[in-house]
Amino acid sequence: MRPAFLHSLLDLAEHDQRINLVVGDLGFGLVEPFAQKYPDRFLNIGVAEQNLITVSTGMAMCGKVVFAYSIANFPTLRCLEQIRNDICHHDASVVVVSVGCGLNYGALGVTHHATEDLAIMRALPGMTAVAPGDPVEAALATRALAKQARPAYLRLGKAGEPRVHASDVVDFQLGKAIKVREGSDVTLIASGTMLHNSVQAAERLADQGIDARVLSMHTIKPLDTGAVHDAARETRAILTLEEHSVIGGLGSAVAETLAEFNEAKPPFKRLGIPSVFIREVGNQDYLKNCYSLSVEGILRTVTAMLETEGVRQ
Amino acid sequence: MNHGRAVAADTISELKAFAKTIRRHVLRMTHRKGGHVGSAFSTVEVLAALYGKVLRVDPARPDDPDRDRFILSKGHGCAALYAALAERGFFPTTWLEGFYENGAKLASHATHWGIPGIEASTGSLGHGLALACGMALAGKRDSRPYRVFALLSDGECDEGSTWEAAMFAPFHHLDNLVAIVDYNKIQSLGRVKEVLDLEPFGAKWKAFGWAVREIDGHDPRAILSALESVPFEQKRPSCVIAHTVKGKGVSFMEDRLLWHYRPPSDEEFEKAMAELEAAE
Repeated sequence: MRPAFLHSLLDLAEHDQRINLVVGDLGFGLVEPFAQKYPDRFLNIGVAEQNLITVSTGMAMCGKVVFAYSIANFPTLRCLEQIRNDICHHDASVVVVSVGCGLNYGALGVTHHATEDLAIMRALPGMTAVAPGDPVEAALATRALAKQARPAYLRLGKAGEPRVHASDVVDFQLGKAIKVREGSDVTLIASGTMLHNSVQAAERLADQGIDARVLSMHTIKPLDTGAVHDAARETRAILTLEEHSVIGGLGSAVAETLAEFNEAKPPFKRLGIPSVFIREVGNQDYLKNCYSLSVEGILRTVTAMLETEGVRQ
Repeated sequence: MNHGRAVAADTISELKAFAKTIRRHVLRMTHRKGGHVGSAFSTVEVLAALYGKVLRVDPARPDDPDRDRFILSKGHGCAALYAALAERGFFPTTWLEGFYENGAKLASHATHWGIPGIEASTGSLGHGLALACGMALAGKRDSRPYRVFALLSDGECDEGSTWEAAMFAPFHHLDNLVAIVDYNKIQSLGRVKEVLDLEPFGAKWKAFGWAVREIDGHDPRAILSALESVPFEQKRPSCVIAHTVKGKGVSFMEDRLLWHYRPPSDEEFEKAMAELEAAE
């Protein structure tokens, strides 16, 4: 997703002089083409995330559209009040970009596990929170957020995430879920790096005669409540999937929507990371497997849900 | 290096009159509900010089892209800024009457929404200098003529974020940036010297790469002389350490921690107003 983001940004910068990239001394092997091509629109602020956010805001208040880039929790939790008071309250055209979210940096340890970021970003007034599901969505999200030019959080995977969308031409709109697969037994609502596993799980479920709908809910805020309502009406169970704490992120956003939905509700479950500091050591796939976020884990969860609830055909 | 220009005597008397007007507004505003009267009083002469003479701003065009920017980083002292803006015609002076009141326009920390002339909302300390850095950098990169002034409290120089910005500005040669520190020597819970001593304060800014001047922050001539000679050095940001007195202008408020917080009672208000009226 990282390369897709940067290619998209390079492309945007060519046509929009307002585009700036500000980094917190991270992005080795990624940001150099931008820095070389647009030295007057690139800035390495140093290891100073509070300054990263507030200087970016000052630039935005003077006409720039700034992508403020770092990794994991550094550009979010470290400088949360700067995001709230400076970016959001001033409705500044700053997109906070964090790479390697969720368990991307698995074996690097808990400091590098960004597992509460969406919950916190989503709570901020005026914030748009986006977690693209594959490189195609990452590129399109970058473009959409630059065009929107308002406070936003872009949560990206690192590199090498598989493509989910076969074509580069996808109808990507902020706040609008993408129906990746049609289905009527269960809806898998996935965000970010869980999209690919969800699609794979859906294919395996099809082998078992379970017809799964897959939604890419790339925008956590504003949430596409219409897509959730449709899933509640048209399918017989809903499962949210996120590489994030089950508190406050996609699962919570969908749960809030369902709780206020006045019609009959299907069984619902959140699959994510429990509210714990992860003690196991291992890479992303290893840790995802520990918390049932693997394809096998999704299959187990869906099967159990349908059997327990007795909603299987 | 620039040196201070001679300042005309009539300008000084105008600034003194402006400061007196601001101070009386602040006393009336803080008498009703409170709002950091002492912290506002220590900034009055600096604000009078900025809005009376230094800043290239036009109340008729508060969004002019080439205007000078002023950020009140010590947002809790905003009664004085609101008063200066109202007197300069950015908004009606009647708005001042609602300071801190239910349903009014003016909150007791600087809030930009719908308030012409307020560049940024502040109130949490340690944000203003970095905001000013971003604005100054954008101005440099776009070759715009504007300058950016940030007024900091001494207390917020405890914040790490202030020093992140302080390190940033000289490295990027932001000589269109001026940091003014209202060094009134008293912070929220005590004297700066006792809470977390900033000294050697000027030397710190200098070591970070700023061109520094220390002045009497209540002497209009000294303030004007400094602020009209920025940048003190080419390619360096300017830092003015304004030595001030908390609660300046009212004898029983001066240099007293109590008046960081306290709204004057009716009796104190009358006494204070009499002192302000009688002042030069």
